Amino acid sequence: MALTMLCLTLVVFFLVNLEPNLKKLAISQLDMRSSAEDLESWLQKNGYRQNFFVRYGQWLGVVQKQPNVDPTTGQAVPRFSYCNEPAEARYSGILQGDFGCSTKFKVPVAKKLFPALGATGILMFWVMLVMVPVSLLIGVLAGMREGSKTDRTLSIASIATTATPEYVSGVIFAVIFASWLGWLNGSAATATREGISFYNFTLPVMTMAVYGIGYIARMTRASMVEVMTQQYIRTARLKGLGFGAVVVKHALRNALIAPFTVIMLQFPWLLTGVVIVEVMFRYQGFGFTLVEAASNNDIDLLLGCSLVSVFVVLSTQLISDVGYAYLNPRIRVQ
Amino acid sequence: MDIEYIGAFGIILGALARFWPVWIALAIILVLSVRFKKSLGLYGQLFDTGVGVAGVMICLFWLFTAIFAGTISPFNPLAQFPVMKSVLPGAIEPGSGQAFLFGGDRLARDVFSRMVFGSQIVLIIAPAATLFALMVGTTLGLPAGYYGGRVDSILSFLANLVLAFPVILLFYLLVTPGIRETPIPQWMAGFFFIFPIIFFSLLFYTRFRSRPGLLAVQLALTLIIGGWIYLGLVFDADPLGIISISSNQLNIFVAVVFASSPGVFRIVRGLVMDIKTREYVAAAQTRGENPWYIMLWEVLPNARGPLIVDVCLRIGYTTILLGTLGYFGLGLAPESPDWGTGIKESSRLLRASVHPALPPVFALMSFVLGLNLLADALREQSLKD
Repeated sequence: MALTMLCLTLVVFFLVNLEPNLKKLAISQLDMRSSAEDLESWLQKNGYRQNFFVRYGQWLGVVQKQPNVDPTTGQAVPRFSYCNEPAEARYSGILQGDFGCSTKFKVPVAKKLFPALGATGILMFWVMLVMVPVSLLIGVLAGMREGSKTDRTLSIASIATTATPEYVSGVIFAVIFASWLGWLNGSAATATREGISFYNFTLPVMTMAVYGIGYIARMTRASMVEVMTQQYIRTARLKGLGFGAVVVKHALRNALIAPFTVIMLQFPWLLTGVVIVEVMFRYQGFGFTLVEAASNNDIDLLLGCSLVSVFVVLSTQLISDVGYAYLNPRIRVQ
Repeated sequence: MDIEYIGAFGIILGALARFWPVWIALAIILVLSVRFKKSLGLYGQLFDTGVGVAGVMICLFWLFTAIFAGTISPFNPLAQFPVMKSVLPGAIEPGSGQAFLFGGDRLARDVFSRMVFGSQIVLIIAPAATLFALMVGTTLGLPAGYYGGRVDSILSFLANLVLAFPVILLFYLLVTPGIRETPIPQWMAGFFFIFPIIFFSLLFYTRFRSRPGLLAVQLALTLIIGGWIYLGLVFDADPLGIISISSNQLNIFVAVVFASSPGVFRIVRGLVMDIKTREYVAAAQTRGENPWYIMLWEVLPNARGPLIVDVCLRIGYTTILLGTLGYFGLGLAPESPDWGTGIKESSRLLRASVHPALPPVFALMSFVLGLNLLADALREQSLKD
């Protein structure tokens, strides 16, 4: 996992440090009409012209970060005064817990990134709270009696939701609930300032949940169908247990093992969804920050964002493996 | 100047009438398919279920829409008619007497024509990118699953590396105007587009090794056609000038192939690991066949069922990815009529006017839905055998 993260951050670091991207950064930091020499000297002064691996080491925290030296007085000055960087050489990278300095928002990355993550966490919490029970319910109901009318209807409905990505369902919901009916707010910008409410938070949550529901429901259905053909279900039926009791007591637990891993592996997709939904509904969370960082080539912030998202993806993969073994006694015993 | 409108009924009739070449083509296909159902194999079996028919018809509808886009759409998708700015659906354009069936957008372009022409962009890039991803994933997944060991661990590590990247971050890094100034898209294109040539060369080489005459013809054809497309796509230096691709399209294409080939790789690898334990593979190994012959001619044909289903789903997924790219304004030109860009532009102005947002939204949704239904029907049919 550490190796994967190292490789991935190196790739991101390489891509954000391509020549056109550095130029874009310099232009956004100075102004549009700066000459090529000005841009070059700004990059030179702030250490963007050092060796690629030295700079990656600095970001990682295994090479010392050097302060800028004022050419007129010969004194050391901090690189980015708005981040309160001390004016001395030091080891200060990811390994020391320093995420660097955001050039777009003019604050340390940690100060921007973690509140945004918190905001996204709230969104994710509500999405999960809606998505998981609904999709499991649909899946179990559909898979209970394979081939029945309920099964057909619910299966087609879940196929339809997997065909509606967030930017499609978001537009449809906003049109119906915000423009025509006026029940809900088409923007979640107020959620950041005034706290979340049913009025401003339902649309983002609904939009994100819908895309995931279909997929999880289909997995649940497949696993439920498989469980219902097992011998022990027939035994339970033959000993005279009612259909409802068989489903709840015997089938449900075994049918929920596969969806668990699916839900966990759904996180990388949810990350994309977060970005789309947060941009669409103007909610100041992680996705919004990522887009701002990427479009302004804010190197440290973008690296922080990718580190976080890669970490989330890899740790959910780990949790899904561990949880699978925990839920499935057959694997645990082996 | 007042703009005249046609009613809701007129809009529906008008839209249906504009699609006339599509209806004719669909009717011909439907009649022929039902007539010769017995001799069409898997495709014919699709017509046994309602889901299958719906899936095939929706996909073909968009395919024919893309083919006949020039005939169907009344206006040029990029043309602007200043009087028609943000007009409601059904407004009649005074110059030509034709109606803006689905209204005009903020820049006074016909939403209907844009939707129709958008299908062209989507239906060229999405299936092509999926096919390239399929080639890359198959060519790498076969040896990984067959040999196992070190080959497998290295290739799987690389695939997992790409899969651990959130797609959207990947696109923000790989599809930028800045990266088009560097040779990186060309390198990636050069790397990915060589795989189909390798794939077909190996395919023919392993099968017809004992017949050098036939083999030479096939290899020469593969290399000439493959090399021709390769030159056109990667270096934009097609000697005949037929195949060319603009740098931003190449950029999108490469990014989409890059993002979706690890998924194909994983599926192929899993299938191969399952199939290589079968008796016919053991029999081929005992005959002393070349490992690549076994992979390409014994294992791969027996993995085709799940792969076809996956390709259908993946084209849908690629369409969604293209829409995402359009929605974030990455890669495609801002005036491009594709559906994602249309959704981006109109979703910002939902408060002012709703109608420009809906056609691209429903177009994208129905196309992906059609592919998903098709995949579902195919899966059901292949499970039946």
